Amino acid sequence: MTWTWFHRLGSPPYIYALAARLTPWFAWPAALLILAGLWGGLVLAPPDYQQGEGFRIIYVHAPSGWMSMMVYTTMAISAAIGLVWRIKVAHAVAASCAPIGASFTFAGLVTGALWGQPMWGTYWEWDPRLTSELILLFLYLGYMGLRAAIEDTQRADRASAVLAVVGVVNVPIIHYSVTWWNSLHQAPSVMRLARPNMPPAMLTPLLLMLLGFTLFFAAVLLVRLRGEVLNRERTASWIREAVST
Amino acid sequence: MSDFLAMGGYAAFVWPAYAVTFAVVALNVVWARRALARALAEARRRLATRGEQS
Amino acid sequence: MSASGAPAADALAGAPARAFSAGSPAAAHALDAARLALLRDLRLAFRKRGQLVQPLAFFVLVTMLFPLAVSPELARLRELAPGVLWVAALLASLLALEFLFRDDAYDGTLEQYALSGRSLTGLMFAKTAAHWLLTGLPLALMAPLAGLSLGVPPPAIPGIIVAVAVGSVALSLIGSVGAALTLGIKRSGALLSLLTLPLSLPVLIFGARATQLAINGAPLLAPLELLGALAVLGVTLAPLAAAAAVRISLE
Repeated sequence: MTWTWFHRLGSPPYIYALAARLTPWFAWPAALLILAGLWGGLVLAPPDYQQGEGFRIIYVHAPSGWMSMMVYTTMAISAAIGLVWRIKVAHAVAASCAPIGASFTFAGLVTGALWGQPMWGTYWEWDPRLTSELILLFLYLGYMGLRAAIEDTQRADRASAVLAVVGVVNVPIIHYSVTWWNSLHQAPSVMRLARPNMPPAMLTPLLLMLLGFTLFFAAVLLVRLRGEVLNRERTASWIREAVST
Repeated sequence: MSDFLAMGGYAAFVWPAYAVTFAVVALNVVWARRALARALAEARRRLATRGEQS
Repeated sequence: MSASGAPAADALAGAPARAFSAGSPAAAHALDAARLALLRDLRLAFRKRGQLVQPLAFFVLVTMLFPLAVSPELARLRELAPGVLWVAALLASLLALEFLFRDDAYDGTLEQYALSGRSLTGLMFAKTAAHWLLTGLPLALMAPLAGLSLGVPPPAIPGIIVAVAVGSVALSLIGSVGAALTLGIKRSGALLSLLTLPLSLPVLIFGARATQLAINGAPLLAPLELLGALAVLGVTLAPLAAAAAVRISLE
């Protein structure tokens, strides 16, 4: 068992080249999966007996929600790795995650609102899921704000890493307290995102979309990662060669 | 086809939802590529100025 | 104000000598240092009593906004009271956070703390404890006044005091992390709020619930225990995170 593979991941020139090579391997499958999911979700899946065609919003709302949580977790884990083991590449990964996660959290909120209006009769409901999503958006914005406010990249990396770790510890607490709060106050019919026994025709496109968006995240992350790695390598000699191509 | 576009009456909600999501998808692609281009330009600029100094 | 750094450094330097002569282990060093830091913060704060009153005045002021903005009817205000009290307490606590590290960062005391070899986590805990004694506890004691002005029935008062006292412990701890992270950032007030408020939401939720139950005359042990749990979690984790953040800021 060699750890050299793992160590190489921490090497900026290696990661830079690897990221460039890997990007298409994530990007194209992502596009295919998303297209397949769209076809399955918009065309093939039968309408819901309760929500009619309106339920099809799930095929964009659920992936957005999934992305917002998954990206935050990725961000926090890589930030923690960077903080503990002082690996610049890990910090670069965390920095790359934030804008992606924030934008999809926003998409999740908007699609949630658009789903809410026909289903509940109102664009916004303070239900646990939407409220937690909103708070998550602020966690992202806080993270990005802190990074932007600190000029020195290394200090920004480490400070925002502490914030990300503190945030990720808080996310379950926040979610629990919001759910608890919501249950106290005559909660309206909670939007059921997925019926427990969703027929395959409905479920499969959803899974395709979830997987497709995940791969999309990986592709975008790899592109951003290269830029973030470059920004952290001020004087390294490998840059000269990498950049001239 | 028009049935499809009408989405059983929910068109005003379904299509904007998809539009927003894919706008975010497109935004991420553009944003990421621009960030990389900026970083490359910065790196080239840094190398150029250092080259002049040495 | 230049004298403020010297006594602290001397006191900290004196601590190891005393501790060694007593033959106590490293833990005693940390406790000594923490105790000294706490006392120092309290003493310094009382020299600037005016500054101490500001968050309290802010708290009362914000509370006052609601009758004027909504309605003078006590019945209506009573419905809003839990929310208003806790939002006002949260904002007042935020205001006071700016003072937590600012002066010490300015005059180099914070750097002394970091270099002293004493547990920085312990010192962060001490500073946060001082902050709570100077802000959270007074807020808890002022809450009755604000509550009564919003139509809260007198029997609810003891419960409210306890809830705010416990909740503000968690708020001070959570806030200390944000304050440590934003050290040295100019005009960091808005950023500090953006970082601290989302993390403080559970305190707000449980605290407001406890207050509502107190007003209804119902037992409020459940949310109170949850507030206590948050405070305990905060005590365990926040000083550690704050110490890490301070070290990062001082690099």
